[in-house]
Amino acid sequence: MINWRGLYTVFRKEVMRFLKVTVQTVLTPVVTALLYLVVFAQALAAHVQVYPGISYTAFLIPGLIMMSVIQNAFANSSSSLIQSKMTGNLVFLLLSPVSPAEFVVSFVAAAVLRGLMVGLGVYAVAQYFVHLPVSHLGWSLLFALLGSAFLGGLGLVAGVSSDKFEQLAAFQNFIILPLSFLSGVFYSIHSLPSPWDAVSRFNPFFYIIDGFRFGILGVSDVSPWLSLSVAGGFVAAVLTVCLVMLNTGYKLRQ
Amino acid sequence: MTAAVRFEQVRKDYHSVQALKGVDFSIEQGEFFGLLGPNGAGKSTLINIMAGLVKASSGRISVLGYDVVSQYRRSRAALGVVPQELVYDPFFTVREMLRLQSGYFGFGRENDAWIDELLEVLDLSHKANDNLHDLSGGMKRRVLIAQAMVHKPQVVVLDEPTAGVDVELRMALWNFTRRLHGAGHTIVLTTHYLEEAESLCDRIAILHHGELRALDTKQALLGRHPYRLLCLTLDSPDRALPPAVDRLVIERDGAAVTLRLHKLENQIGPLLDSVKQSGIGIVDLRTRDMGLEDIFLELTREVAA
Repeated sequence: MINWRGLYTVFRKEVMRFLKVTVQTVLTPVVTALLYLVVFAQALAAHVQVYPGISYTAFLIPGLIMMSVIQNAFANSSSSLIQSKMTGNLVFLLLSPVSPAEFVVSFVAAAVLRGLMVGLGVYAVAQYFVHLPVSHLGWSLLFALLGSAFLGGLGLVAGVSSDKFEQLAAFQNFIILPLSFLSGVFYSIHSLPSPWDAVSRFNPFFYIIDGFRFGILGVSDVSPWLSLSVAGGFVAAVLTVCLVMLNTGYKLRQ
Repeated sequence: MTAAVRFEQVRKDYHSVQALKGVDFSIEQGEFFGLLGPNGAGKSTLINIMAGLVKASSGRISVLGYDVVSQYRRSRAALGVVPQELVYDPFFTVREMLRLQSGYFGFGRENDAWIDELLEVLDLSHKANDNLHDLSGGMKRRVLIAQAMVHKPQVVVLDEPTAGVDVELRMALWNFTRRLHGAGHTIVLTTHYLEEAESLCDRIAILHHGELRALDTKQALLGRHPYRLLCLTLDSPDRALPPAVDRLVIERDGAAVTLRLHKLENQIGPLLDSVKQSGIGIVDLRTRDMGLEDIFLELTREVAA
């Protein structure tokens, strides 16, 4: 039996939380992505062409959208959890009959929603620079969904495991940030010298961004089916880790 | 009838420290139960295991017959816990928070009338749309109680609810808990204020070093110690009492002397006579039956090596 109302309420609470500070949670990341776009597109557009017939700016936009999506999905679940743990109000949820699975689904769903809102914002603003029609809407949405669910789940793992803001910041700065920068947002991995092109293939973020780029532009470094399997596999793995953590009460119910 | 809360050989070890050493007792439905003990006795650990916030190392707890681990949905629905710490979520208003908490338990808009009633009874109606961050400590405490009651739990646990609370709010809280008890709720109270436990609770458990030291009705507990205290004010602070009287002294501050008398063995008349015969004048005297506080101290006093 599922406590649907409980699940929906936790989701709603998480959404209300980030909507109460929209400037910080939605507007700021859109502006940040815009800055990247202005700097990189202006500086490199004339010199770099990744795929024939596609401008560097057009190449850059899907990567920037996806980078914003995943970073914000991660930030949403991780910062909500660490704040609730530090202030102690997570106890209200822990005292309730909401199950581990309902907990995970609602936190990840809220992270996905924030990721998609930020992604949509970046896409809308980017239209000012390049008119960019979506080649395959289905693929685009699918990778946005998988990418934000993956990072929403990772954010949950990081938020639950961290006892201090410092630990969470380390997780964010030493794992999430490097992986998202080294994932082919700004370049094609084909342009990388050996062995970095091969190393990049071990980065799950690469497949999420490459798959999403296929959705928008219709071209990509690897097959979208390969990206789909990798992204899907990582989503399944991280959600399993979340469920195991919540079920065993790791850090939350000693 | 199923016990409101059943503790079965509950043990909890934190590394090498044994916080609970096999606690075993029941709280019956409809009781106003006091769980007392000095700091670090294991009261909060016991409550946290009951609420599912901490896992027992062994043993089990059930609330209304529902195991708190394997049937947590039902046990948590039956349990309302008012946490000791003044925790709150600064993102929300009082009403939003109560609606959210109600939703976690599976309630929707149909519970709004009850939320309004709680706001009214706890004198929070005028603060309903204020952010929790802006409320005073006393108001936050009231919100915590409303949150614990939002799903109409049968068993209500108040963990040190009056710590740091002013007299007026304390009175309001006790009236509210009495009212809940009158409406059939089982109340479990932990407190440092022993006179409160003495005036409110029907039955009392005293926990010390993770063990149950006493579990009895308040009357039996108070009657267990057949002692009374005799407080004398002597006519001069440096009087030496006769040896037979002096050995009954438990406290002396100049002319003020407190004696502990066994109700059967130490008769007050002959004792006062022997004091007078040694030439000591008595300015004032009063007797006091031992209260819960004295019994508590006696039960939890460290045995001198």
